[in-house]
Amino acid sequence: MVADMASPHTSERDRLAMHSPVVTSTGRDLRLDLFRGLALWLIFLDHIPSNVVSWITIRNYGFSDATEIFIFISGYTAAFVYGRAMSERGFVVAGARILKRAWQIYVAHIFLFAIYLAEISYVATSFENPLYAEEMNILDFLKQPDQTIVQALLLKFKPANMDVLPLYIVLLLLFPPILWLLQRAPTVALGASATMYVLAWWLNINLSAFPEGVWYFNPFAWQLLFVFGAWCALGGADRLGSALRSPYTTGLALAYIAFGIIIAFTWYVPGFSRLIHLPVWFEDLIYPIDKTNLDVLRFAHFLALAAVTVRFVPQTWPGLSSWALYPAILCGQHSLEIFCLGIFLAFAGHFAMVEVSTAIWMQILISALGITIMTGTAALIMWYKTLEGRGPTTRPKTTNADLAGGEA
Amino acid sequence: MRLVAAAALAAFVFADGAVAAERPRCGVPDYLLFGESPLKRVSAVVATQKRLQIAVVGTGSSALAGPDGPPSAYPARLETVLGQRLTPVAVKVVTLLRTRLTAEDLAKGMDKLVTDEKPNLVIWQTGTIDAIRRLDPDSFKSALEDGVERLHKGGADVILMNMQYSPRTETMISVTPYADVMRVVAQHFDTPLFDRLGIMRHWSETGAFDLYAVGRDNVLAQRVHDCIGRAIAALVINAGKLPAVPAAQAGQ
Repeated sequence: MVADMASPHTSERDRLAMHSPVVTSTGRDLRLDLFRGLALWLIFLDHIPSNVVSWITIRNYGFSDATEIFIFISGYTAAFVYGRAMSERGFVVAGARILKRAWQIYVAHIFLFAIYLAEISYVATSFENPLYAEEMNILDFLKQPDQTIVQALLLKFKPANMDVLPLYIVLLLLFPPILWLLQRAPTVALGASATMYVLAWWLNINLSAFPEGVWYFNPFAWQLLFVFGAWCALGGADRLGSALRSPYTTGLALAYIAFGIIIAFTWYVPGFSRLIHLPVWFEDLIYPIDKTNLDVLRFAHFLALAAVTVRFVPQTWPGLSSWALYPAILCGQHSLEIFCLGIFLAFAGHFAMVEVSTAIWMQILISALGITIMTGTAALIMWYKTLEGRGPTTRPKTTNADLAGGEA
Repeated sequence: MRLVAAAALAAFVFADGAVAAERPRCGVPDYLLFGESPLKRVSAVVATQKRLQIAVVGTGSSALAGPDGPPSAYPARLETVLGQRLTPVAVKVVTLLRTRLTAEDLAKGMDKLVTDEKPNLVIWQTGTIDAIRRLDPDSFKSALEDGVERLHKGGADVILMNMQYSPRTETMISVTPYADVMRVVAQHFDTPLFDRLGIMRHWSETGAFDLYAVGRDNVLAQRVHDCIGRAIAALVINAGKLPAVPAAQAGQ
């Protein structure tokens, strides 16, 4: 996902464009759309609890999960789109567009919060079981809607599974000056980002949450992935190109991925931890693997996955224009809408399972149905955008930042 | 689901299907119940003094409401079952339950508990309120470490007990990060973890209990608590290497 992106093979791409429904002539790297689409599917599957299909998702085979992919690609796309706007129209215009995008995401988040309120209110009135008297404390916040709703609007109160969009909002709010610096001194910008990451770990810097605690995704730690994505988009990928093509890098990445699989198996396969007995000092060293602060193990795992992906899936890979991958690419091209839909469908799917059946056939049905609805909706959104003359294949002549701005 | 797949795989690969607890309804596979962490103080006091003082520290999910609640909640069931299986050892279980307290709140009271009750074993049930309020997992971890240290210093063994498996609230309460922290802390102190979450999930998936059920009566809750009491008794006997009467002969 990293190399070659900023140096598109023009002739090859144009050749593909003629035969493909999806390849654009705008320099957009379809691998980004593909992997973001896949990440959205995985996030949906992971958010349905007790779902047998979620066994296929990457979080069960290593340290990182789809969130890393989503945030990295979002950083990459944001830099690609707004970077061009900033070069062509200046800091103020590009900054204004970025803030507009942050606002859209904020509105989407509040919409999801309303759905969450509806679901939890339903549970409050319909579910009674003395065994779970303690769990029903989750409803406490309904007793003080004045505080809770205001805190939700301030992004301090965030229900479970609703942490990614607030992170994204903060990342975008901080993005204009970072982008400005990335265009002038990319190494300095990346260094500053890494320093911030270290400081966040060292000094325990995080945003506070309501009623207590801190943000589940610490923006000061997770910004590293977003800025790294942006750095790659603005020429960093080229600079890494030769290193990424080296067989040593690939070998190292594959070895680390294998290490991740072995460790993950000790979590999920009973008996495996007896075969592979990790020494206590080693366990003390690696655990807990901190998702809140983007643990180094997670970040490294993402880098390894990205390095291997870039090595074996070139931008000119014919599979990118195949119909089989088109649904994922389509979802990746409308990521905000499909992300929100996925969160909603995970809620709804779990609800349907609780009310109808939790059998394995139901879990598979819900998973398949959810992905179909996500794909259908993405197709519908593309159709609307085509009507308005701003689909990914029909770009407006004056500026092309809006389209991609809508998808950053 | 994870556990069904994992259990099937385990049974297939490792032939690890041995059932530890008593009746089929309460069946818990060994890998879910037993670990390698010992209960040394428990072993010593049972061997030398023929008595065992246990304190259950926890929140609402360690109790049942109603007049028949206390004798059918798991602490009372543990006392009965363990007493029968360890005859002639005198087993006493006291409970110190406070609703809506976080691990940090509970940890603060550990010194007083050790002085007042002089337990040989503390079963510390926690994590639910922390997960509901989404407290910082790091603070949760420090609170657990603090509490376990105080208990060890005070001369008590510790079993950490995690949350209940509650399928209907799974999308609303994210328990996994807290359950992971509890596993890490238990490993760090080499003290047993009673994986209530995994065990109840196992019961739900094997159809032993319908944990999706809705109803006001206590029948399901009492049966689940009975099984939890038996499973903890089995864990205490296993980790303390105690000479016990097999469950079947103890009139279970």
